[in-house]
Amino acid sequence: MARTSDAAGRLGWPLASFVLFFGLWELAGRWPVSAAFPPFSQTALGLWQMLADGSLGKAYWLTLQPLALGIVLCGLAGIGFGIGMGLSRGIEWLSLPVFIILQAAPMAAIIPLITYVYGIGLTSKVLAVVMLAAPVIVMNSYKGIRNTNPSLLQMCRSFQGTRRQEVVKIVLPHAAALIFAGLRLGLAMGFIGIVIAELLITPTGIGDLITYHSSVADYPKMFAAVASIIAVAALSLHALERLERRLFP
Amino acid sequence: MIVEARSIAKTYPGGVEALRDVSIAFPEGQLSTLLGPSGCGKTTLLKIIAGLVPPDAGEVRVKGRKVQGPGPERAFVFQDFALLPWASVLRNVAFGLELRGLPRAEREAIARRYIAEVGLEGFEERHPNELSGGMKQRVGLARALAVDAGIILMDEPFSSVDEQTRRKFQEDLLALLRHHSKTVIFVTHSIEEAAYLSDQIVLLSARPGTVSRIVRPAVDRSRSPDEIRRERNYLDTVDDIWATLRQYV
Repeated sequence: MARTSDAAGRLGWPLASFVLFFGLWELAGRWPVSAAFPPFSQTALGLWQMLADGSLGKAYWLTLQPLALGIVLCGLAGIGFGIGMGLSRGIEWLSLPVFIILQAAPMAAIIPLITYVYGIGLTSKVLAVVMLAAPVIVMNSYKGIRNTNPSLLQMCRSFQGTRRQEVVKIVLPHAAALIFAGLRLGLAMGFIGIVIAELLITPTGIGDLITYHSSVADYPKMFAAVASIIAVAALSLHALERLERRLFP
Repeated sequence: MIVEARSIAKTYPGGVEALRDVSIAFPEGQLSTLLGPSGCGKTTLLKIIAGLVPPDAGEVRVKGRKVQGPGPERAFVFQDFALLPWASVLRNVAFGLELRGLPRAEREAIARRYIAEVGLEGFEERHPNELSGGMKQRVGLARALAVDAGIILMDEPFSSVDEQTRRKFQEDLLALLRHHSKTVIFVTHSIEEAAYLSDQIVLLSARPGTVSRIVRPAVDRSRSPDEIRRERNYLDTVDDIWATLRQYV
């Protein structure tokens, strides 16, 4: 009995919360709150139309490419850089200030500057993703390395472990969970970066769908585009989080 | 004399003088305790003997040879256990041998033997977070025994273990060490523990730590643990030590 209600609870409550949320959205749209606020049913219809005419698919193809490229770049170079900073005082001294400033800087103000140098193509979009995602990925890797339990390092030395063994057998496994968490936060920042880039500099992909439908006052489709990118971001972050919990219980 | 500390001095950066002119000899095959008020530098002294912390002045000699760093003839048991949280009991116990490059099958066979000796048979595949404090410290002890060092250095091994576990563990420790005829240097702040376990007790004064007195309790160790705890000599030793230490508290 308790078991079945558990299963019902796992599926039932989120489902109920969706029904409630979309129901309220429908009511608010029909009231109407504003002429530019469509009810849920029309938004869903807009989404379906964009799916059917292929414009949504094309937009995601354009949006997800630079996002994936940027995240992979950050994943390789950023994690490498963070590990380097954590292990070497020299690299830390050289680059820590840069990443602290990058982390604090309001990126939306800097992103338009990219276009002056790299134009409005793929490069600019990738760069926007990198600029937002890199600091958190690098800093998490760096902190993961630096927060190694000093007692474990001492233990390794007391058994005559070499510096190489210390890094491979203690420092890196110890940092792995934090590095992965950084990757997940980096992806979240990457979604922000790509949408800002598409809204501010290169009107392509999902950003273009939002701008275009808002300019022709097709609000259901505009809302559908916004809702879809939120859903895609939330689902991919959730997937990474589940993977994280599997890998580092 | 298997281990000799000669005129050791240590001042920590920031000007805290931890040890001043400490000279102690530790006889082979005996259990010596370093006992003193908290902050008297007893852990620092133990880490200097281990080669984990360099002294500012003086030297440590093991079997006549000057200590430059950690060595295979000394094994350390840590106050906070220093177990790898992501590794099984088996791998943790075998870790010292893993660092020495012993093949897996060989080191695991040795580790299994010591896991059984400290009474953890059946827990080989568990992880540290599934163990109680007392069991974790048994893992730490097994790891130190597995590398077959003649000298075991123990830094307040029972301080994070509850009272009942502690008593049982003390009894097991005595039996185990007598069986392996190890030289043990043991840091503690418990007078009862020192009187119960030691052949030689080194009383350190408050900061900066100097050797205040050396006590050799005339406790008959052939008797049972409960008899020892009621023995006249044991009780006298406890009172005697307290009379010396109370001036530093």
